[in-house]
Amino acid sequence: MRITGAEALIKSLEMEGVDVIFGYPGGVVLPIYDALFDNATIRHILVRHEQCAGHAADGYARATGKVGVCLVTSGPGATNLVTALANAWMDSIPMVAITGQVATHVLGTDAFQEADITGITIPVTKHNYLVKDVNQLPVIVRQAFQLAGSGRPGPVLIDIPVDISKAEIDFKYPKNFTIPGYKPTYKGHAKQIKEAAKLIVQAEKPVIYAGGGIVKAGAWDELKELAELAQIPVTTTLMGKGVFPDDHPLSLRMLGMHGTRYANYAIMDSDLILAVGVRFDDRVTGKVSTFAPHAKIIHIDIDPAEIGKNVPVDIPIVGDSKVVLTDLIAAIKKLSTLHADKMGWYELIATWKKKYPLHYHQDGVIRPEYVVDKISELSKGRETIVTTGVGQNQMWAAQFYSANKPRSFISSGGLGTMGFGLPAAIGAQIGRPDALVFDIDGDGSIQMVSQDLATVAANKLPIIIAILNNGYLGMVRQWQELFYNRRYSQVDLNVGTPNFVKLADAYGIKGIQVTQVEDVEAVLGQSIESREPVLIDFAVAREENVFPMVAPGASIDEMLGGIPGASLSQMIDEEEEENESYPIGSCRE
Amino acid sequence: MNHILSVLVENKPGVLARVSGLFSRRGFNIDSLAVGPTEDPEISRMTIVVDADDLKLEQITKQLYKLVNVLKISDLDPKDSVQRELVLIKVNVPSNARAEVVETANIFRANIIDVSKSTLTIEITGTADKIQALEDLLRPYGIKELVRTGKIALARGKLAEVTNGK
Ligand SMILES: Cc1ncc(C[n+]2csc(CCOP(=O)(O)OP(=O)(O)O)c2C)c(N)n1
Ligand SMILES: [Mg+2]
Repeated sequence: MRITGAEALIKSLEMEGVDVIFGYPGGVVLPIYDALFDNATIRHILVRHEQCAGHAADGYARATGKVGVCLVTSGPGATNLVTALANAWMDSIPMVAITGQVATHVLGTDAFQEADITGITIPVTKHNYLVKDVNQLPVIVRQAFQLAGSGRPGPVLIDIPVDISKAEIDFKYPKNFTIPGYKPTYKGHAKQIKEAAKLIVQAEKPVIYAGGGIVKAGAWDELKELAELAQIPVTTTLMGKGVFPDDHPLSLRMLGMHGTRYANYAIMDSDLILAVGVRFDDRVTGKVSTFAPHAKIIHIDIDPAEIGKNVPVDIPIVGDSKVVLTDLIAAIKKLSTLHADKMGWYELIATWKKKYPLHYHQDGVIRPEYVVDKISELSKGRETIVTTGVGQNQMWAAQFYSANKPRSFISSGGLGTMGFGLPAAIGAQIGRPDALVFDIDGDGSIQMVSQDLATVAANKLPIIIAILNNGYLGMVRQWQELFYNRRYSQVDLNVGTPNFVKLADAYGIKGIQVTQVEDVEAVLGQSIESREPVLIDFAVAREENVFPMVAPGASIDEMLGGIPGASLSQMIDEEEEENESYPIGSCRE
Repeated sequence: MNHILSVLVENKPGVLARVSGLFSRRGFNIDSLAVGPTEDPEISRMTIVVDADDLKLEQITKQLYKLVNVLKISDLDPKDSVQRELVLIKVNVPSNARAEVVETANIFRANIIDVSKSTLTIEITGTADKIQALEDLLRPYGIKELVRTGKIALARGKLAEVTNGK
């Protein structure tokens, strides 16, 4: 069958099971958009900025586990996509990005809307392709999906010159193909697994440190089985949130810079860390030289380059976390040795949990944590997905939203991209139409992408956009308060920020402003029931800070704040006397 | 410590940029890099000399292996490999010193490949030590220009041991 390159591309995408593309058209992708025009299988979502096409594909991938696909034009379309690629790259998200390119005969001549997007994106893609022969297009698509979705997932870019899209080929989707330089290891080393099992059984103070790798491998059941089998407390990273229920008795919730005190203390005091699908990021380890001084470390990851990169490891196990955890469980069950007594460890952790619960204050103003807490409470029992902006809103969401299911908490981890929340919610809602989707966002973050409220409106996506509006670039303000002598340089957003209710209204979306703490619950409740897009502008306490906090460069057990009753927004020593005069709102373990 | 990495890569456009970009972006220093096709025209060999301790070398090889176009990496043991570099040196030579320089070149089994009124261009191959020695002897005359290929190397006898990764 003779068809054009553009048609071959669409057919190849169909063969890969693609059901939706997030995109934005332009000159050199006209042939591709023409091929899409009467295609019945693939839905195209027209965003309002290419960055959002990328983030939406990313959010779709995180919510569904499938490869997200986006399509943009050359030059500015492609460069607008770069942030989204970098975001997906840092968080290992499976994505295939298709960019148009100028015709092959003018490549390299600074032709109109030419940008060397394969050159530009080498550092932020798992691999990329510039298609120079239309006959190669189907096999390149096949390889791109294979690369994006397997091993350690990541974004792959395919750059297609316009003449390639127009050229004709005899289409046949390749069945067999090889990528000679690509052989991820799935099965862990048997001897290492046996060694790991022994250490686990002998440990008196073990902790599991679980991350995004578990989401990618679909290993949450194995993780839970292992934790319960060996009765090991589990802390999760931002990327791992949801792989182990936050409400589980063994859960220590999140660790790191804004983790719980008890998670950080447990890590620092532990004699064994079982690290699974994590990369010892600096936001987790704090000062590396003092990280977990007493612990042996077992590190399971599919990417060998992550093992030993930041922290020396005692037992490295390269492999897929589902495969390795399954083998590890079997190895533990086989051991006849008795498990070490961990009673002292559980008691210590229980004391910390009791003394340093995540908490916030309730005093008549809307505390942002309270809003998140209510979202968590009101959505309980429903299939829910929370996406976030970046900054304080993100950390409050991570701290106070109890994620009990994988793929229920979607946030920009490695890159920390303001503006990720809304497009990610769009992708997540399209991927899982029945889920209740919240975008917990910041007033600053959402202004980076607010044009895509149009995409929400056009597709009638019943997303609840909850803006924790503090009128500040809050997280930057917090650092200025704590480390720059309260010199609030360029962080006040009050002047110029739109009336969000009117903004929503301009897009035909329901907008509600909440200024009274008594109204929070009711407005959230109604919004959940309405099953239509709603933007809620919560006027929250302006100078609320995220605590606890590990100061940059400090050891993770040297935390500021997060002690109930101690003074607010101050550098707090652990030794500081508890001050009962501050009312504690909700306390949670 | 210097390591000689022999890296087999797919002979495709952009592969050199991927490899060299990886080094600079991750802060690894390249001492030299030489590249050209192997006996199989679809595969090129890069000989990369890096100055790195063991930990860094491990990161370099692991990160290199993540490049889809990289097929195989061997860390060549200097004792178990042959290494050569080719250097062209253009020296200022007044006519009264010409004989002296030619003699020095001969001792090193270097070739004179170009002569002008006031210069000689000398070609030398060999180990780094040998090349350095000649360079030192020629320096007093005034080296006008110098170009080196970068080290190339092959394992002796049997094939080199491949570092783990792929
Ligand atoms: C694209 C981008 N630019 C700048 C930053 C730096 N930054 C991190 S948090 C933050 C403030 C975010 O403000 P807002 O969205 O209002 O969230 P808040 O912290 O107030 O909850 C900024 C500017 C970033 N993370 N991303
Ligand atoms: Mg804000």
